[in-house]
Amino acid sequence: MKPLLRFGLLILLAGVAGQSAVAYDYPLKDPYLATVIGTPSELQPKLPDKIDYALLDLTVFPERKIPDVFYYQSQFRYSLTYQKVEAPLIFVIAGTGANFYSSNMIFFQKVFYQAGYHVICLSSPTSMNFITTASRTSLPGNILEDARDLYRVMELAWQQVKGRIKVSEFYLTGYSLGGAEAAFVSKLDEERGSFNFKKVLVINPPVSLYSSAKILDQMLLAALPGGLRDWGQWFNRILEAFGEFYETMGRIEISQDYLYDVYSTIYRDKEPKRENLATMIGTVFRISSNNMVFTSDVMTNAGVVVPKNLELGAADSLYDYFRVTSTMTFVDYFHELLFPFYKAKQPQLTEQRAIQIDSMHHIENYLRTSPKIGLMGNEDDLILSPEDVAFLKDVFGSRARIYPHGGHCGNMNYKENVADMLNFFRN
Amino acid sequence: MKRAIIPTLFIVLAVMVGCAAAPVQQEPIIPAKHTLPEQDIPSEQQGFYVYDPWEPLNRRIYIFNAAFDEYVFLPLVNAYEFILPDVVEDAISNFFKNLTELSNLMNSLLQFKIVKAVNTFGRIAINSTVGIGGLIDVATHVDGIKRENEDFGQTLGFYGLGPGPYLVLPIFGPSNLRDTGGLVVDSVAYGFMMQQLIGKLGMNDTGEEALYWGLTGLSAIDQRHLQSFRYYMTGSPFEYTLVRKLSQVRRQFLVEH
Repeated sequence: MKPLLRFGLLILLAGVAGQSAVAYDYPLKDPYLATVIGTPSELQPKLPDKIDYALLDLTVFPERKIPDVFYYQSQFRYSLTYQKVEAPLIFVIAGTGANFYSSNMIFFQKVFYQAGYHVICLSSPTSMNFITTASRTSLPGNILEDARDLYRVMELAWQQVKGRIKVSEFYLTGYSLGGAEAAFVSKLDEERGSFNFKKVLVINPPVSLYSSAKILDQMLLAALPGGLRDWGQWFNRILEAFGEFYETMGRIEISQDYLYDVYSTIYRDKEPKRENLATMIGTVFRISSNNMVFTSDVMTNAGVVVPKNLELGAADSLYDYFRVTSTMTFVDYFHELLFPFYKAKQPQLTEQRAIQIDSMHHIENYLRTSPKIGLMGNEDDLILSPEDVAFLKDVFGSRARIYPHGGHCGNMNYKENVADMLNFFRN
Repeated sequence: MKRAIIPTLFIVLAVMVGCAAAPVQQEPIIPAKHTLPEQDIPSEQQGFYVYDPWEPLNRRIYIFNAAFDEYVFLPLVNAYEFILPDVVEDAISNFFKNLTELSNLMNSLLQFKIVKAVNTFGRIAINSTVGIGGLIDVATHVDGIKRENEDFGQTLGFYGLGPGPYLVLPIFGPSNLRDTGGLVVDSVAYGFMMQQLIGKLGMNDTGEEALYWGLTGLSAIDQRHLQSFRYYMTGSPFEYTLVRKLSQVRRQFLVEH
């Protein structure tokens, strides 16, 4: 039913847009709508309904004692989908807050499996499981460090699986924040050489983590004239409509993929207002970053939202902490958790410098001169400024494929984009 | 079997509650930089607020349920799914769903939802006969009469009874005081009906008892098989809060429709 309704909305929108005979036919021209709705399933490539995969666990830091409040996090978990014959292995890194089983990750898992790859799906360094079990500092957001954490996990995963699969060569990709991380991981691999990635595809990355986060922080307030105070009620209204879904109640995941799915189903009949779409995008980002703030704060005993030295028990109420963290932006996280941590180690570090390091600019030279790295981006990506888009075009040159529209990751599942991805790796 | 499980459950729960003594603190506790916002906002207007005065107990039952799910329920369901072909699983689901239609019918009538009652009556008639005792859902697939979902909790809600405090039931999961009352009524009616049906088979007492508990166990596995929820998959440290809100939003929706 849902695909059909989405298709209805699509025809409606395509009619409004009224463009024909353009080279690129992804139908959603509004970047906000594209970001939330994504690609209607009729316009996605045909993929198997279900594929087999193994869930595998790694103990990354054997000495680490995980606090009681995260009693259900014991090991780092990832998935492996494998071919029965020798094949290339691709690592896929999830976007902000997302886990290896989020719907976009399952999508990529199927795409690459169907194309003949072994696939390892990795949760984002900003996800709770990664922060608690696989992040050395438990403070994600410093891409250099996150890339080191990812690399460590990838090496351990490879050790774990190499007995059961035959691998011809290695590939790497990631979307959104995972895209930027893929670029840094690739650079790290040039030095360490564990994989010698044959090709690396960076999909819809931020250029500067800080400025993209700032844009998303701001978006939350678009439909909240009274400011953050109105957020609870705005969100409650969305949630009321949520009651309609029996089937989605089964699988609850707090990730952008999932919440966008819910939201676009709620608004399937009417075209949502742009400010509501913006607030929804901001909401999804805020929830991911809140999960991160709380988890990092507990793990590092920083005393930002949870009293310092307070040991939370497995059954303690977290509702008040949930409310406190929901007032914090990603930018607050940067200033109150991430930056102070590095400042304590390097007293001469300034905020400006830290922000500068945390961006693709920092590895510009590598990106410019590495023929193995390709980029997929959108002209109207909401998390990029026009300067960012110009930077990407300039740096990646002929290795950049910039689509005229698609918002942030909206067209990532569109069949033409997927064909381009597979072509990139094939050639 | 069930008689043995229930006391065990309570012992496990009691141990879990008993273990909840505050951990010994080593270092002095320093207040957090950020403290509670929106002190002046009425609780109902806070995002994700649900009335939950028994939260400490509920949270422990939630933890228990997750463990029960991992070590008992899901292994059984996985074995069940591994052994039986999908067609048989669907037939079993249809069979149990058909038995609960009587509750849908009664509760639709109690709420004067005549269309739902007529549809449900039609479904029972079609599926119990053409659908071979409920094994095939002919009503949905051939006649296009979709299944309604009315229970006694919703009936109580229809007559203006509020949900009351949030309650996490052992094994059953998220509920509230009103719906728990409803569940008891529905279960008693269902159990009575099952016994009547089994009584018609002309078996001896031991056989009847065995069949009754066998069907009850199978129905529990079928229920879990149909539910795709997995604990700790939200990826959020606030999962309890999120599940609490979403489950109650869903119940409210069902009461209103």
